[in-house]
Amino acid sequence: MTDYALIGLLLVVAAIFPLIAMFFGFILRPRKPAPIKKSTYECGLETIGETWVRFRVQYYIYALIFVIFDVETVFLYPWAVAYNQLDLFALVEMFIFLMILLGGLLYAWRKGVLEWV
Amino acid sequence: MSVEQVVFLVLAVAAVGSAVGVVISRNIFYSALLLVACLFIVAGFYVLLEAPFLAAVQVLIYVGAIAVLIIFAIMLTERMMSKTVRGWNEQWWIALIVTVCLVAVMLYVVVTANWQVSDAATPSDAIVALGQTLLSTYVLPFEVASVILLMALIGAIIIAREEEPVGVVGEQKEEER
Repeated sequence: MTDYALIGLLLVVAAIFPLIAMFFGFILRPRKPAPIKKSTYECGLETIGETWVRFRVQYYIYALIFVIFDVETVFLYPWAVAYNQLDLFALVEMFIFLMILLGGLLYAWRKGVLEWV
Repeated sequence: MSVEQVVFLVLAVAAVGSAVGVVISRNIFYSALLLVACLFIVAGFYVLLEAPFLAAVQVLIYVGAIAVLIIFAIMLTERMMSKTVRGWNEQWWIALIVTVCLVAVMLYVVVTANWQVSDAATPSDAIVALGQTLLSTYVLPFEVASVILLMALIGAIIIAREEEPVGVVGEQKEEER
């Protein structure tokens, strides 16, 4: 439980840290506004047209592949934690598990869905 | 109040606050982001209940997978990103009746149920035990899970992939562009 208390402490510190940095920036910085300085992108291109647009359906396959391997991680997690107490059989089983899913990734690769269009 | 109670109160306020934000936000994209925050806080409850594996699964599945799917579904839907939606419509009273019934049933269950209380300490190596069981006793369901994931992956690719234009119909489509 104390490990999680440390994680919670880290979360609190991570939330406060940028607030403190922004607070001191607010106090210390000089205020000399200029049109270019106040533009949204001081360096870089202005966007053309509406930015809240519909994205290409192509991206959905990336999301789906991510979800598959995300679910795989759930199975990997208890295996990795118990690794030292497990025998060779478990290692082979996990290898088969990964190979089956790797077949899916190879299928996606061969079908060209990983290519950036 | 103990430390755990204070943490629980903070988490509860944050969870209810973000859940209310999901409902009242005018922009559906912000609703989705607040839903992610709410699901993440629920993982905090699992940690508080000394169920670290459930917390990890909550972060991986809900905060990772489900949230990505919801956000992508919004981003890929026509006229969904820019539109601000009204928080209620003409059928609000039907929703009110359903909600009141649901809350009544849940309160009835919570009050009348015979909750089992155990004095036994939480096992410290529950994840190790889970890993051992998963790769010995339940090794067949474990492998079947990977086949199911493979099926989901291939099925998703077949359904979602835009086929290359083939034959006459395809050429017409090319001309329309």
